[in-house]
Amino acid sequence: MNFSASPGDASERAARYDQAACGLLTTDRDGHIVDVNQTLLDWLGATRDETVGRRRFIDLLSGGGRIYHETHFAPLVGLQGWAREVAFDLRCADGSDLPALVNARLRQEDDTTLIDIAVFGATERRMYERELLIAKQRAERSEFHAQLLARTLQDTLLPHDVPAIPGLEIAAAYLPAGEGHDIGGDFYDMFQIAADEWVIAIGDVEGKGVDAAIVTALVRHTIRAAAVEHGPAGVLRLVNRVLLASQSNRYCTAAVLRCNRNDDVWSVTVACGGHPLPILARSDHARPCGAPGTLLGILEVVDFTEVTVTLDSQSVLVAYTDGVSEARRNGIQLGDDVIGDIAISHIHRPVQQLLDAIIDEAIRFGGTPNSDDIAAIAIRHAPTDAARHDRTMSRRPLGAR
Amino acid sequence: MAATLQRNSYQMSGCSDGPTMLFAHGFGCDSNMWRFVAPAYEDRFRVITFDHVGHGRSSPAGFDPDRHASLDGYASDVIELCEALGHSAVVFVGHSVSAMIGAIAAVRRPDLFDRLVMVGPSPRYLDDADYVGGFTRSDIDSMLESLDSNYLGWSSTMAPAIVGNPERPELGAELTASFCRTDPAIAKQFARVTFLSDNRGDLDAVRVPTLVVQCRNDIIAPISVGQYVCDHIPDATFRVLDATGHCPNLSAPDETIGVIDEFLGIAR
Repeated sequence: MNFSASPGDASERAARYDQAACGLLTTDRDGHIVDVNQTLLDWLGATRDETVGRRRFIDLLSGGGRIYHETHFAPLVGLQGWAREVAFDLRCADGSDLPALVNARLRQEDDTTLIDIAVFGATERRMYERELLIAKQRAERSEFHAQLLARTLQDTLLPHDVPAIPGLEIAAAYLPAGEGHDIGGDFYDMFQIAADEWVIAIGDVEGKGVDAAIVTALVRHTIRAAAVEHGPAGVLRLVNRVLLASQSNRYCTAAVLRCNRNDDVWSVTVACGGHPLPILARSDHARPCGAPGTLLGILEVVDFTEVTVTLDSQSVLVAYTDGVSEARRNGIQLGDDVIGDIAISHIHRPVQQLLDAIIDEAIRFGGTPNSDDIAAIAIRHAPTDAARHDRTMSRRPLGAR
Repeated sequence: MAATLQRNSYQMSGCSDGPTMLFAHGFGCDSNMWRFVAPAYEDRFRVITFDHVGHGRSSPAGFDPDRHASLDGYASDVIELCEALGHSAVVFVGHSVSAMIGAIAAVRRPDLFDRLVMVGPSPRYLDDADYVGGFTRSDIDSMLESLDSNYLGWSSTMAPAIVGNPERPELGAELTASFCRTDPAIAKQFARVTFLSDNRGDLDAVRVPTLVVQCRNDIIAPISVGQYVCDHIPDATFRVLDATGHCPNLSAPDETIGVIDEFLGIAR
């Protein structure tokens, strides 16, 4: 093998230019072709005579490529002196298109500016890219639909509005975990069952996603139906039976509060199933109310205890899911005591502000994005003569911070 | 006001007490398009170049899919930029689609503009009955496809992969952080808005003295289109350059400066 030929004389170099493994051409500053190699002519099905001095590089491109050349390629080469891996379709003499990747570089020869262009046939690579692009667009569409579905489904699991309950100041908050793209298992609900009689429920179905959402819907509707006939403990017993009878293996926690108004005094009967006990806060202390009960959907034999407290205008009842109390930092949980302390320090504020302060602390403590769903409700007796029932609600949109 | 000034990144240079000359880039690049022309006016003008939303150094966050669904939104950006800077009697120099953006802005707020310079303008890119814009709908569709194909390679996540050295992300950075940076999604909508717009009806409402600069062999804006623009703006001057292509501001800056000088009555 004769390696000495590799630097070559002029004619050998010209032959190598002509037979190079890629298309090569040189244009003047305005794009007129001043030289082209045989490889590119073969690809294009063109002759040297009809190309050199007669056509511009842009004339070799298909319609859309010509616009791209003028708006992107030429400015880029003019400004930075080069362009790389630009995708063009070259128009061949037989009318077919040759997908190509193009590199270009400005070269100064004496007083003349020339542009050297290398053309790589890229039919298969461009086909692969096109498939990638289609897959990317499909993925983007799917993600959009998945988020829309999650949002729609989540909306069905929470009341659209916090109802105005005469004599009760009420606030609710909900924040899905993470970036808010998934459906959480937390829920709350509030509805009227008789004159001056309301039920407030809050709960947490294990897991996330569509499966969990189906169980959440089942639990929420069971609570609504059962509350017509039963007190909080009876409601939880029914939810437990319904969950055991269902196909799902998911378990659930819930707190059910039945609120009765009598002569402008609210009494609240609480029962909990595996759920953090609600906190009753006054200006000087806060204590859990209710008694621990069995987790729902696991055991045949369950035990729920009803506890009734009186709610006056000096106290606030806060119910929440474990996304609030178990917000973690370095393995340490925020804890019920901290929640109680925040409630005490905000006891004279509107309940919405009190609730916001608790949620903000849980997010601050646990860091963003919050790793678990967060749901919470706060209520206070609002003497009707003061007419202070706030129709407040801070249901933050999915993904919003 | 701060939001306006954040939406469009701008560079100000030249004579701080002179009249304002505002340079707007077209589709495909950024304010660098004016780097060989704008400095020529720094001795007598307050020279401002700026980037449209999603282009160059302007943040994509300023992009509003509704506002920027028509050239009108881009014209609002220009008007608000002039207002935020407190400048009026502006000489607006727009390349390509920004020529029409300037025309719309000047029709809406004639008090802000003193002169318009249009480089390679086209009020309508698509052919339409007797009107020859130069493009068919399928040309535009294939251009949008070529945008997809090229931005696939330019996107920040793909660039390192294409370079083939994922362990050396700086190679990707070089690809994506050079001139004419654009946000792919915004660029695609800007392309659609640009090439499907029809601003022929706006031309005769332009009350500002206007210079129309056209190149030979410009496939984006043929000479007949430049002539059309000139014929429909009441006070317009038409100059055809010896330069070819769509970007005389890059390929023939001296010739471009020459005709602008003549229009503004500047003797050097």
